[in-house]
Amino acid sequence: MIPTAMAFADKTTANGYLLVLAIILPVIGILLSLVFGGRSVERVAMVLLPVGLAVAVAVFGLVWRDQQSLVYIVGGWHPPLGIALRADGISAAMMLTTAIVICATGIFARGEFSQPRGSPETRASQVFWILLLGIWSGLNTVVLGDDLFNLYVALELLTFAAVPLVSLKGYQETIKAALRYMLFALLGSVLYLLGTVLIYGAYGTLDISLLSGRVQPEPVAWIAASLMTIGLLAKTALFPLHLWLPPAHAGAPAPGSAVLSALVVKGSFFLIVRLWFDAMPGLMSFASSQILGTLGAGAILFGSVLALRQQRLKLLIAYSTIAQIGYLFFIFPLAAAVGVDEPWAATAWTGGWLQLFSHAFAKASMFMAAGLIAEALGHDRIAELGGIGRVLPITVFTFGLAGLSLMGVPPSGGFVAKWLLLLATVMEGQWWWAAVMLAGGLLAGGYIFMVLGKALASATVPLKIVAPVSRSREMVALTLALFAILLGFLPLQPSEFLQIGRPEVLGVITR
Amino acid sequence: MNSATLFGFCGAILVGLGLFGLITNPQLLRKILAFNVLGTGVFLLFGVIARRGAAAGLEGDPVPQALVITGIVVAFSATTMAVVLLLRLYQETGEATISPDDTSAGTDGSRS
Repeated sequence: MIPTAMAFADKTTANGYLLVLAIILPVIGILLSLVFGGRSVERVAMVLLPVGLAVAVAVFGLVWRDQQSLVYIVGGWHPPLGIALRADGISAAMMLTTAIVICATGIFARGEFSQPRGSPETRASQVFWILLLGIWSGLNTVVLGDDLFNLYVALELLTFAAVPLVSLKGYQETIKAALRYMLFALLGSVLYLLGTVLIYGAYGTLDISLLSGRVQPEPVAWIAASLMTIGLLAKTALFPLHLWLPPAHAGAPAPGSAVLSALVVKGSFFLIVRLWFDAMPGLMSFASSQILGTLGAGAILFGSVLALRQQRLKLLIAYSTIAQIGYLFFIFPLAAAVGVDEPWAATAWTGGWLQLFSHAFAKASMFMAAGLIAEALGHDRIAELGGIGRVLPITVFTFGLAGLSLMGVPPSGGFVAKWLLLLATVMEGQWWWAAVMLAGGLLAGGYIFMVLGKALASATVPLKIVAPVSRSREMVALTLALFAILLGFLPLQPSEFLQIGRPEVLGVITR
Repeated sequence: MNSATLFGFCGAILVGLGLFGLITNPQLLRKILAFNVLGTGVFLLFGVIARRGAAAGLEGDPVPQALVITGIVVAFSATTMAVVLLLRLYQETGEATISPDDTSAGTDGSRS
């Protein structure tokens, strides 16, 4: 056992402390918020958001420059006894996406949860900022953690910050939504923990790097991996474990919905990828990958069709999230089960991750746009949106831009992602996924145009604007939509950056 | 049958009972209790694995015991939060169940 441990005993790399900062900065913010309280909570968050963004940019830049993972060995104790933090290509990209979306949400939320001097202090306004920082810290821990139990704690931190965000307004139906979310999350976390026990019992370590060399394709590994995957699927809201998502994401206040839909569900997806690609490479069989792919395909069709049938804008967007999560799971049949020799695996890998990042930007901006529309009109009934295009042209334009990415129309990040995934399905001979993706694109076009058609039509009844919408908040949503479009200018080829620090580099096509 | 196997079986039974209760029982408080039964089963398995010495080859392995303390703290916090939400739901509506047909009803976006 000792020699194996020695072989994997990574050293803390230069600037490794940045990883610790990424996790503890938001926690420091939470503690300061509790100390100062009152109106200072928002100010603390406003100071910390740019600092955290700078840390994420620095980590991304360092991984980019050195072409290798950033590692920090906590307390100098090496795994398996100690815990390592590791930022590889996907962690760095995920951290940067998280930082950008959280910062944008913070600026956007000032219009809703700001407490200017003289106005009454409300508890929701204080709690929102604390939860936002909690989600940030939880997500950073999830993407940087290298120990399965540590990741369990990170996942719980994320859940504990996400659930109250749903019921922030305290209405009956949002409390119900939060409770249902909580129950799914509890089941998910306890199944994950059960898998963790089995892995520790069988292999004597929970460190992902060490496990990758020890796990054998045998029943205990399969059972543990299945339990953990099912648990994480419940938290990711993959069809058919999606029941909690629409009321929760639609019921949260707009900035909350943006963070929940764009980032929080991706945290548990990230762990599923870590589990199958990094902790247990080679364990996924063709059959099990087809099951995950089928669930993804079911999510795309089911989520899109239900989105078409919604009468409220926020629920429509929430069902669209269920559909868009489905695409992510094509990464398993197309990259995990085909082996590292498959030349198109790297294409599918890049496609899957780009889908995650572009959906994060597009969905965050879409929920913000929907929030602004609901604020201006006092409702979000799709049938009564007529004329809003004239009143809030920038917001409706933002909705359309984000919609381009969800449909997969060029130029947008969604297009590049779906194109790469489509390419991989065809080249690997798994054409059945291609059929689902094309159908999903058409259905997405259907629900986006349903909203745009109503919004751009002239008003049948004179529109009543109940609250003015600030231009700066519209610009924040537009900026995020532009990020989703900008990802569309990435080259249509496998990204080497997303493979930095991976135990086995997936096949690269030589041209 | 040695003690590790016996406790292993007990853990498995608790996990099964908890899972059954969590999924089938419509009462929210019972669901939360079932989650705790399920969690206890998992913690017992941690103990069993510590006793077996895991793969480290020692007589008893201290690592699972360290993990289980953290696990209990997390489960406790989760239970607290679920109970607080449930209490709030009871205060607001006077009911303590979520009927399955609520899922499609959604929420009133106009108030968000």
